[in-house]
Amino acid sequence: MVAGLTLSERRLALVILTLLGLTGLAMAAGGRGDLMGVHGFIVLLFSLGVAWAVMAGFYAPEPGEERLSRYYDDPTRFGIVLTMAWAVFGMFFGVWVAALLAWPELTFVDQAWASFGRLRPVHTTGIIFGFGGNALIATSLHVLQRTTRARLPDQLSPWFVIIGYNLFCVLAVSGYFMGITQSKEYAEPEWYADIWLVVVWVVYFLIYIRTLQRRQEPHIYVANWYYMAFILVVAVLHIVNNLALPISFAAARSYPLYSGVQDAMVQWWYGHNAVAFFLTAGFLGMMYYYMPKRAERPIFSYRLSIISFWGITFFYMWAGSHHLHYTALPQWVQTLGMTFSIMLLVPSWSSAGNALATLNGAWHKVRDDATLRFMMVAAVFYGISTFEGSFMAIRAVNSLSHYTDWTVGHVHAGALGWVAMITFGSIYALVPWMWKQKTMYSPRLVEAHFWLALTGTVIYVFAMWNSGIIQGLMWRTYTDSGTLAYSFIDSLVAMHPYYIARTVGGLFFLAGAVVGAYNVAMTIRLSRQEGVRRDSAADVPVPHEPAVAAQPGE
Amino acid sequence: MELDHNAFVAFAKSWGLFYLIAFSIAVLVYVFWPSNRKRFDRAKKSILDDDDRPGKGPGKGPGER
Repeated sequence: MVAGLTLSERRLALVILTLLGLTGLAMAAGGRGDLMGVHGFIVLLFSLGVAWAVMAGFYAPEPGEERLSRYYDDPTRFGIVLTMAWAVFGMFFGVWVAALLAWPELTFVDQAWASFGRLRPVHTTGIIFGFGGNALIATSLHVLQRTTRARLPDQLSPWFVIIGYNLFCVLAVSGYFMGITQSKEYAEPEWYADIWLVVVWVVYFLIYIRTLQRRQEPHIYVANWYYMAFILVVAVLHIVNNLALPISFAAARSYPLYSGVQDAMVQWWYGHNAVAFFLTAGFLGMMYYYMPKRAERPIFSYRLSIISFWGITFFYMWAGSHHLHYTALPQWVQTLGMTFSIMLLVPSWSSAGNALATLNGAWHKVRDDATLRFMMVAAVFYGISTFEGSFMAIRAVNSLSHYTDWTVGHVHAGALGWVAMITFGSIYALVPWMWKQKTMYSPRLVEAHFWLALTGTVIYVFAMWNSGIIQGLMWRTYTDSGTLAYSFIDSLVAMHPYYIARTVGGLFFLAGAVVGAYNVAMTIRLSRQEGVRRDSAADVPVPHEPAVAAQPGE
Repeated sequence: MELDHNAFVAFAKSWGLFYLIAFSIAVLVYVFWPSNRKRFDRAKKSILDDDDRPGKGPGKGPGER
């Protein structure tokens, strides 16, 4: 991998790593009385580890000028591997926290690090930022080059982004285990990790802009618009929501600039737009590229894709306040959020419909090819969960659903059904292409993964729908004398079977991800064994025939 | 006029509506502008090319320049 860098880039990499290592050393020294010290050592070791890898390859021959006639895919390959690793990690912790709700004693005899409050952000960060973020970075660098027909501007900055981003994820997750959190949902990492992410993110955006400047296509393909909206808006959200004052430069703790209902509003403006721009816009970019590519059919309506892009971009911004119905937030702000959430159904269903209409005429491929089926099911779940989201944002519905497992079910219909399915579909399309194989190592295992994932999602979502609605109803049932009919503990007991079902659903999904990771690993191994020269002169990606698996109904 | 909370609310409630409508019209005009049809069609189809190399110059595909 270092062999792909020019000599000056290798030097620059070492300079950056030295600075990073010194920062880690300073954090370790200054924060020695604080948990920040531990993070200092992690940063230091991380920098040393990466620097060791750079130095090991420092004297490898430089890449020649002919590299410029090819796309630069090493960071994408690295990102795919990290994506699968984070998937298994994040989903494992998901199953664990699910099990903790059913069997609260699963904490290794009351270990603080294994308590629900610490493991839960490990799960959400592992999935959203670890799995989702790496998938977005890896695919975006691939899509960007193909759709602009331009190579990335240099070799170093994509590595900076992907390695730097994973350092952020490591700091986040290791911090939760130790108890470092700023207690903002999906924005738990403390100030120094947040600042580091801003640096990484700016470089990421610059890669996009620099490549677009050098594009060889007159028009910027719609997938790039979605990816760019993802990068740009996440930067804005991240900076605004994380404005905080550390108690000292040598301590992890910080206090947000906002307080009270303003803090809540900023948090959910961030929280909902993280769903919109991290978990939706970027993955729509994935869908708009890999689905037509895999189905070998152009997108049904290109114009519709542009209209839904601007619809999503401008409507989502205002929807966050639906998280704060019946709170101290002014009524009109709540209503604004509710209205925009309902309006969002238009662009959301335009995208979902556009995707399904693209497959219209290729249903035989969907039947035979599990990879395409992953994408089809993702589009269906995208349609379902956006409808559900708009519905739940209505104040009256929210009075039943809020604070119940229905919300959890909704989130997972989106995360498992949409985000993970489109990611796995895209990865199965991308891996043979990146490692110059005809198909995945085993199309049958792709098939197995598909059914494990779908079964898991359905079990999970149905369990949470049932559980959430029962919970909501129990909390608002009154007796004739006007008192609550059920105590909280009654509702908790009623949840128990659903919590077990949810754990089982999650286990199915995790099993699918493990199968997927094995399949990706074996495909890479196959490519190495065959001694396929990855950047071989072969121009064309090995044409990806739909992987035919033995399926009934042929 | 003093710029207090109420002034912001009034501004958001009135002009917020108009700028979103104006913006929607602008997007629709862009999308349906006749001369943009060619570049959209090209963008839609060109991703399906199997050519996996960076381009040599702008607009070498069919129907464009």
